[in-house]
Amino acid sequence: MAKILIVAEHAGGKLNPSTAKCVACASKIDGAQIDIAVFATDGAAVAAEAAKIQGVKTVLTVNNAANAEPLAAVLAPQVAAVAANYTHVFGPSTTFGKDLMPRVAALLGVGQLSDIAAVEGAYKFRRPVYAGNAIISVEAPQDKKLVATVRTASFQAAPQGGSAGVEAANVSASLPSHTRFVSRSAAATGRPDLQTASRVVSGGRALGSADNFKIIFGLADKMGAGVGASRAAVDAGYAANDLQVGQTGKIIAPELYVAIGISGAIQHLTGIKDARTIVAINKDAEAPIFEVADIGLVGDLFTIVPELEKALG
Amino acid sequence: MSKILVGLKRVVDYNVRVRVKPDGTGVVTDGVKMSINPFDEIALEEALRIKEKGGATEVVVVSIGPADTQQQLRTGLAMGADRAILVQTDTAIEPLAAAKVFLKLIEKENPQIVLLGKQGIDDDNNQTGQMLAALWDRPQATFASKVELDGGKAKVTREVDAGLETIEVDLPAVFTTDLRLNEPRYVKLPDIMKAKKKPLDTVAIASLGVDTAPQFKTTKYEPPAARSKGIMVKDVAELVAALKQKGLV
Ligand SMILES: Cc1cc2nc3c(=O)[nH]c(=O)nc-3n(C[C@H](O)[C@H](O)[C@H](O)COP(=O)(O)OP(=O)(O)OC[C@H]3O[C@@H](n4cnc5c(N)ncnc54)[C@H](O)[C@@H]3O)c2cc1C
Ligand SMILES: Cc1cc2nc3c(=O)[nH]c(=O)nc-3n(C[C@H](O)[C@H](O)[C@H](O)COP(=O)(O)OP(=O)(O)OC[C@H]3O[C@@H](n4cnc5c(N)ncnc54)[C@H](O)[C@@H]3O)c2cc1C
Repeated sequence: MAKILIVAEHAGGKLNPSTAKCVACASKIDGAQIDIAVFATDGAAVAAEAAKIQGVKTVLTVNNAANAEPLAAVLAPQVAAVAANYTHVFGPSTTFGKDLMPRVAALLGVGQLSDIAAVEGAYKFRRPVYAGNAIISVEAPQDKKLVATVRTASFQAAPQGGSAGVEAANVSASLPSHTRFVSRSAAATGRPDLQTASRVVSGGRALGSADNFKIIFGLADKMGAGVGASRAAVDAGYAANDLQVGQTGKIIAPELYVAIGISGAIQHLTGIKDARTIVAINKDAEAPIFEVADIGLVGDLFTIVPELEKALG
Repeated sequence: MSKILVGLKRVVDYNVRVRVKPDGTGVVTDGVKMSINPFDEIALEEALRIKEKGGATEVVVVSIGPADTQQQLRTGLAMGADRAILVQTDTAIEPLAAAKVFLKLIEKENPQIVLLGKQGIDDDNNQTGQMLAALWDRPQATFASKVELDGGKAKVTREVDAGLETIEVDLPAVFTTDLRLNEPRYVKLPDIMKAKKKPLDTVAIASLGVDTAPQFKTTKYEPPAARSKGIMVKDVAELVAALKQKGLV
């Protein structure tokens, strides 16, 4: 029987929704026992949240002053130690999980399966490659521990309503001091988080300046949407790096995605192909974004966006 | 002698629209343009800049791949690397095996810094650097957008979901590059000529004595599900009506 350990992602005493998505993925494996491990200085609050996710049996807390910040080099030996009792170890394919899980896998002497997009069995999965231009079915060996990351955009968060037990786990692992946290700069925007927002408005190179990009924020606020950007807009400094959507940015699956002045390069499209409805606004009728758009409007964004904002009242 | 080791993976060029073979056994790679993984070009550029500022004395580019990978290594030499090593293999290897190969080379070369890309744009695994750091028992600074060296330490700014994070690591260490670390230089013609004279050593992968047997089996390749055809609207009023109809506004 599969015994699955999920590494909780959290910050500021709050559980990241990516954890419930990992549970949703793990729940697709028949008969699996699912536990969550919280690595923190004091994981009680996060563990209480995790215990409410349906399908979870036990939440383990591993408290250690060294766990104040999520440093992969510090967390990996602890995750590897807890993993001893499990057949599978899952983490989210967010920057947290992408940084940590391969380090865990290597400590365990096994490979990693990245970006699980669908479950076909306890050791059989599907994942995208080549910027989403191909989907592969992959089989993992049953005689090895399976370390994997879960493509969060492919799963709806497992519902609340569970009542898992919470236990403190004792972990003895020697932790390195060669890696130290210095600082984090997060722009507190008050807008919905890009990765979980049900609506996202994104701007591209066409915006032309950071100042012009403000009309994207204006429209997003009117719609209660999160804000995204193409790589070109981020590279040019119109938008912050954490807004980049795409193969090498964030992979998202909102109900509504509005692409404004974005051409639709494959690297961008791979980040939005699971969006329910894609709206494209572009002055070039031949732009590839229209090939994937559910609703397309050809025209100048600098006249359309203000009009749209007004029309939405 | 302080050395930087840089990984250069040969991948299908990012401009190629990759297609799945009709029989589902792989993707079409015959006659397709191959290039250096874009993240690895950024890694090499960073290594060269560190050397130019006096932070290293030698930049060695390494690739694991078939004989044709010499092309990408020559490009790396033309960009400015001092020396190249091709670890030759005709079968694709998984990231854990690639990390083990890099570890073997590290034991021999003793670099201060190993710079890899954050992901190969073909398999998008995003694993090799982290695995290497674990096996080497050294720090990792992944998704780097800024690297500042300070004696035996480095301050690295990382692109994370929440914004930017800065960590400090002791050297030697593994860094993996994100897109905004730098803009790689263009190769000039005279440099291509000069690169022909630079050393490029070929090592058979078997001679390194690492286990490269794959752990995972890919049983099928499929094209992604196509999205259904959308509609074009002619103005904002129609757009709003269409959104209302879908219950989206
Ligand atoms: C390794 C690698 C990884 C990458 N990863 C990503 C990624 O994660 N995410 C990503 O987005 N890209 C990524 N890219 C970059 C990608 O290839 C494209 O270059 C990028 O997405 C283009 O951004 P854009 O659509 O904003 O700009 P452009 O391609 O320049 O498109 C601008 C569009 O705006 C339209 N336009 C101009 N003026 C107006 C106007 N006034 N009104 C309306 N429309 C207008 C134009 O018709 C055009 O279609 C990656 C590239 C590489 C090599
Ligand atoms: C589940 C799974 C299924 C696979 N299926 C197939 C398959 O069907 N067909 C197939 O051909 N291959 C397959 N592979 C192997 C694959 O081709 C890659 O060689 C290997 O996984 C490295 O992938 P990556 O570039 O995405 O690694 P990443 O970890 O994303 O690479 C990061 C960085 O590591 C360095 N690096 C990685 N590899 C090399 C290298 N060879 N030389 C120099 N530097 C390197 C580069 O700096 C690169 O930027 C599979 C691998 C896995 C894990």
